[in-house]
Amino acid sequence: MATLIINEKKYKIDADPEMPLLWAIRDSVGLTGTKYGCGKGLCGSCTVLLDGKPIRSCLTPVSQAEGAVILTIEGVENENKVLQEIWADMNVAQCGYCQSGQIISALALLKENNNPTDEDIDTAMNGNICRCGTYQRIRKAIHKTAELTNTTTIK
Amino acid sequence: MSAIHIVTRRSFIKSLGFASGGLIFACSIPSSTENKEQKPFNGSIFEPNIFIQLKDNGELVLLATRSEMGNGVRTSLTSVIADEMDADWEKVSVLQATGDAKFMDQNTDGSRSVRFLFEPMRKMGATARAMLVAGAAKKWGIDANKLKADNHYVINTENGDKLFYGDLVKEASEVPVPENPVLKKPTDFKYIGKGLKSIDSKGFVSGKPKYGIDIKLEGMKYAAVARCPVTFGTVKSFNKDEALKVKGVLDVVEIPRIAKPFGPLGGVAVIASNTWAALKGKEALLIEWDNGANETYSSESYDAMIEQNVLKKGKEIRNDGNIDREFKNATQTVESTYHLPHLVHAPMEVPNATGWVHDGICEVWAPVQAPQATRKEVADYLDTSLENVTINVTFLGGGFGRKSKPDFVVEAVILSKIIDAPVQVIWSREDDIKHSYYHAVSAQYMKGALDENNKVTGWLHRAAYPSITSTFAPDTGYAAGFEFGQGMTNLPYAIENIRCENVKAPAHVRIGWLRSVYNIIQGFSVNVFADELAVKAGKDPLQFRLDLIGPDRIIKNNQEDYHFDSAKLKHVLRTAAKNANYGKKLPKNHGIGIAVHYSFYSYVASIIEVSVKENNLKVHSIHSVIDCGTAINRNTITAQMEGAAMFGLSLAFYGKITAKNGAVEQSNFHDYQMLRISDAPKVNVEIVESQDKPTGVGEPGVPVIAPALINAIFNATGKRYKKLPLMDEGLV
Ligand code: FES
Ligand code: FES
Repeated sequence: MATLIINEKKYKIDADPEMPLLWAIRDSVGLTGTKYGCGKGLCGSCTVLLDGKPIRSCLTPVSQAEGAVILTIEGVENENKVLQEIWADMNVAQCGYCQSGQIISALALLKENNNPTDEDIDTAMNGNICRCGTYQRIRKAIHKTAELTNTTTIK
Repeated sequence: MSAIHIVTRRSFIKSLGFASGGLIFACSIPSSTENKEQKPFNGSIFEPNIFIQLKDNGELVLLATRSEMGNGVRTSLTSVIADEMDADWEKVSVLQATGDAKFMDQNTDGSRSVRFLFEPMRKMGATARAMLVAGAAKKWGIDANKLKADNHYVINTENGDKLFYGDLVKEASEVPVPENPVLKKPTDFKYIGKGLKSIDSKGFVSGKPKYGIDIKLEGMKYAAVARCPVTFGTVKSFNKDEALKVKGVLDVVEIPRIAKPFGPLGGVAVIASNTWAALKGKEALLIEWDNGANETYSSESYDAMIEQNVLKKGKEIRNDGNIDREFKNATQTVESTYHLPHLVHAPMEVPNATGWVHDGICEVWAPVQAPQATRKEVADYLDTSLENVTINVTFLGGGFGRKSKPDFVVEAVILSKIIDAPVQVIWSREDDIKHSYYHAVSAQYMKGALDENNKVTGWLHRAAYPSITSTFAPDTGYAAGFEFGQGMTNLPYAIENIRCENVKAPAHVRIGWLRSVYNIIQGFSVNVFADELAVKAGKDPLQFRLDLIGPDRIIKNNQEDYHFDSAKLKHVLRTAAKNANYGKKLPKNHGIGIAVHYSFYSYVASIIEVSVKENNLKVHSIHSVIDCGTAINRNTITAQMEGAAMFGLSLAFYGKITAKNGAVEQSNFHDYQMLRISDAPKVNVEIVESQDKPTGVGEPGVPVIAPALINAIFNATGKRYKKLPLMDEGLV
């Protein structure tokens, strides 16, 4: 038995402590927004926040995530709704599959840096592959979110 | 297409997947040639295949019959009906159709979804609008001429009274169906040609849309399959003891190879209570394989062989004029050979499927591009009728051609039948890279003749590549007309003497279609070679290319309505040049390259600017222009063109699948790399204004990218790269 805290909710699950968090979230908890893409830390589809830091859940065993605060795409609503709305508004997604991971990585970046340059974005987002090639819109959506959140804060 | 009908039979409505009530319009479109299952409308029995439902609350539900895989098809097709119907986009929702012949051809490939459905969808929407207006006229007891439809209301133009569509359901269902409803003038379009947001854009940021891999059923088991590293190899023996020790593993079973084009490869399946246990169990299997005949396949020797063979005369597939004479008379000749490797689709969502065989029926949930072909494959395997098989199409996390081959679906069905429970088969990324239907490896030889005025008088194009037909029929080693016709035999250049030849190249892996297919191969060689000729001729590549395309003329296609128009090809090229500010002074180490290609009846040009410093390649900008006839959704088209540019760069930089002793050597994104955001340049897209019939959008943006890049690198460095990928040259 392991206990996971995901999006402010507690889940008791019966999973091998070695099981990657990705599969625990998807199969045991049943939150399927976090995606499998490579299983080797190469694509970023499985990115979630663990105590506020972006991690590849396909490489993180359940044992390491126990007790930590986990945020998945399903919880982003309560963290940065603006980001999500802009992302939808700018039609970033094509097939949408990589987008959970992209949004989580972007969320983490914006927490650290509220006015990222293109280079900052490239560095932070380079672990996230998008086979559909939505990179240009990802960059724009992050800039726009930063812009909007910054002006709102000043107000 | 047939006339529009109103559907009232309850059981039929239910079978479509609609909720009961409201008003349901249906019409029947004759099948395209690909779909033999679909019976045409025969007058007495009405077999509709396109449907919309207007509910009492005003909600408009459109049944999407094509798969959503990033192509925006759920949005573009439905927006056509909504536009003609004067519906409020906010009240539109989309229901995904199951795979069924009653929905006509559902194959989502060949960039043709919009091309085939545009007219029928318009007529359908216009009919619905006319009936709502007639219904309102009846209700008010006034002449329909005094009414107009606007944003989900019928409005009395004399006094401004309004009736909501939802409140007109009953009246509209009682008026006769008009035979020839008036279509809108293109200038009145409200959604068509605009950048309508994807109907799924909100869903995509929420993590909620269900892809195949997200399906969970009560009692469902997970399965991973170990397949022979060599294509068509079989299981000799296996030991499952270690696999069974993995916590969560429930069973290990062998599955046979089904020797059909879309039949599973066969292997050993590990059944488990979660995905991870299945994948881990699979790794613990000890299997002895019988590799079979393809064991001899090694890219190193094979590539050397086709590169040699392509220098020798092949089978003639086009012969205009007298090329041998022209080469003799030429002032100068240019010769070149190109080598492009196998590629794999690698959609972000790996192949996967959930199958459940129970009570004499079979249900499937899967990300498939070809739900009807999938249904047939499953029914054939189960030896049952199509009626007993339901294919529920989930969202697709990318397809690119991979998911039109349902071998992975049949695996799930086989396993569900064996263990008598719902089974989800998941391919690991390694499985996906190692057991695909690969884009063909190729060698091409080109020779061109220039006369004393540096005009091209002769053009020889010889290609060697394994054919897709080898997947479907005994392999002759020769390729087929539809493959040559993707940029080689349909070369639209104004050259008097042209010869195209095909050289034998047998297949040793499953060969399949991948986004833009053989256009990748031939779009590359034609565009790079044209650039080489321009250099030899001492002419500017842009003007040289415009001259090659030659005078304005129409070249007939066998597809009646889509003739090649050379003026359009020149126009996209000129427009791209203008947008890229072609001819501007470039900074040191910078270069610019052009490519132009016609595929899927669309015209595309791309101009790429790069810099190369100390063998370090950077792509600065891409300017792409597409003429795809009427632009249904500018936003989707722009996104597809941006994505196509990334797809093209990915393959030019990194794309390479090789085999050694029959086994594919690559396995995951570390050795089959994808373009990442740090390498992604800005892409500028222009869509040519047109009122011609819509043509392909998903694929035509790809073939121009790699050759434009090669030409740009040449422009920057004077070095001509004739082999891909560029990572092998140390450039990326
Ligand atoms: S699935 Fe975790 S990085 Fe790819
Ligand atoms: S949107 Fe399809 S992989 Fe990124």
